[in-house]
Amino acid sequence: MRSATPWSIVFDDVLVATGETLYMVVVSTLIAVLLGAPVGIWLQLTAPGGLKPRPVLHKVLGFVVDLGRSMPFLVLLVVLTSLTRLLLGSTIGPTAAIVPLAVGAIPFVGRLVQNVLAEVHVSVVEAAVTTGSSTVRIVRSVLLRESSPALVNAVGVTAIALLGYSAMAGVVGGGGLGDLAVRMGYQRFNDRYLWSTVVVLAIIATAIQFTTNRVARGVDRRRTASV
Amino acid sequence: MITVENLTKTFPGSTGQVRALDGVNLDVAAGTVLGVVGPSGAGKSTLARCVALLERPDSGAIRVDGTDLVSLDGTALRAARRQIGVVPQGDSLLRQRTAAGNVALPLEAAGVAGPQRRTRVAELLDLVGLTDKAGSYPDQLSGGQRQRIAVARALAASPSVLLADEPTSALDPDTTGSVLAVLDRARAELGVTVLVVTHDMGVVRKICDDVAVLEDGRVVEHGKVLDLVSDAASRTAASLLPGVDQNPALEGSFDRVADVVLIGFAAVGALLPEATSRFGVELNLLGGGLTRLGETPVARFRVGLKGERADSALEWISEAGGSVRRTLSGPQGVAA
Repeated sequence: MRSATPWSIVFDDVLVATGETLYMVVVSTLIAVLLGAPVGIWLQLTAPGGLKPRPVLHKVLGFVVDLGRSMPFLVLLVVLTSLTRLLLGSTIGPTAAIVPLAVGAIPFVGRLVQNVLAEVHVSVVEAAVTTGSSTVRIVRSVLLRESSPALVNAVGVTAIALLGYSAMAGVVGGGGLGDLAVRMGYQRFNDRYLWSTVVVLAIIATAIQFTTNRVARGVDRRRTASV
Repeated sequence: MITVENLTKTFPGSTGQVRALDGVNLDVAAGTVLGVVGPSGAGKSTLARCVALLERPDSGAIRVDGTDLVSLDGTALRAARRQIGVVPQGDSLLRQRTAAGNVALPLEAAGVAGPQRRTRVAELLDLVGLTDKAGSYPDQLSGGQRQRIAVARALAASPSVLLADEPTSALDPDTTGSVLAVLDRARAELGVTVLVVTHDMGVVRKICDDVAVLEDGRVVEHGKVLDLVSDAASRTAASLLPGVDQNPALEGSFDRVADVVLIGFAAVGALLPEATSRFGVELNLLGGGLTRLGETPVARFRVGLKGERADSALEWISEAGGSVRRTLSGPQGVAA
């Protein structure tokens, strides 16, 4: 029977993997939100009953978004290899994994943002229309501002989803906690790796949730002022 | 002032086209309040949405101070929207903004600079009596206060027309009064022309100068409230004046029975007693009552008269400004 890997080595490996995971999740979440939010805004504006109804455009965009969402991440990872090479010149490592992670999350963010914006009550939006506000102003001051707490939560949901997807980054040599758990924990039956990565992943997910909840409450002015 | 000319709007329905507005004409003089009333499904909401420039009519014109706003687009449409302040149906305040922030919204859209904006917001909060709530968020305000803030917001960019779509439908009677008082004040102090779309005749009773009755997308009655109430056949009269119960047994004992509508303090107070003494008739009130339309007391009484000169007395009341309608249960044998 083999002796267990010393905890100090496990600790060092988990630390490196945690860094890789955080790097992949943070950067891909940022990119996905920056590119996905405009998609969501566009979906909502062109929707029937939206500010700029364009039914055909809306359907086409919605179809593309749903197509993107239906693609299994593992497939996307492989399919996007050439795009990754084009953008980064390399197809392996954590940075290379960010491309499929971000691209895969854009349609996801798009739908989340659209659903959140659709929750802003139509009478509120129409009231802004009757003030003679431009569409840009209504998007900024009404749609985005009114739904800001829910938007912050949507960012958290995206980050946690990407935390899950990043476990598959090992396929392209992205490393990270999921990769460590599979290679060292599962394939080599090393329980210390397996459980420590699980614990760290759980801590990260909880931390993301906690942070976004706090931020969401912070931006929500609905009951923060004194009566 | 605002005029609506021959406004038509159809919507596709399950059984073909539904004609929501069918040649609607309205005329609201500057500084007056018009109430548009009618049963649900009459086209009130569609009319309000067209006037708010949220819905484009199939044909017709909406003129504010002479300019037709219906066919405008883009920047011109946005500028036109600032001429019509709108209090939309339902809760329409931004919940993430303070009361003052909500009132400032139209000023931001109009590009009014910060200091002037703050001054104007303060003026409007004062107008609606909510200066002390400037920093409160909508969730911290009562329904009536929220609606007054919505009125202040609608007035912020100094529109010449104010449109209120069912401004009191979600409110209890007490708060309704405070919102109507604010609309009335806007007219009195700012000279705004007000168009109120409502299902509540109480709104007409309290603040409207004119009324338009909408039915099946058509205006079936349009005029001054005080003119219409003396027209016995008008629906406005039927719904605004105190009701009279039929009591044939009682009425049978009089020589003449008539419904009399009296408008104004002088008429309500003095006309009937004076008729009694002038013509030596006995006059009894059989039913009806007193109400107020705006500041004006208005009475509708069913009166029974006994005496030889009953007809002359009724004629005199009519000439003196009362509106007299003899009822069918009328004349018994009076010596001619």
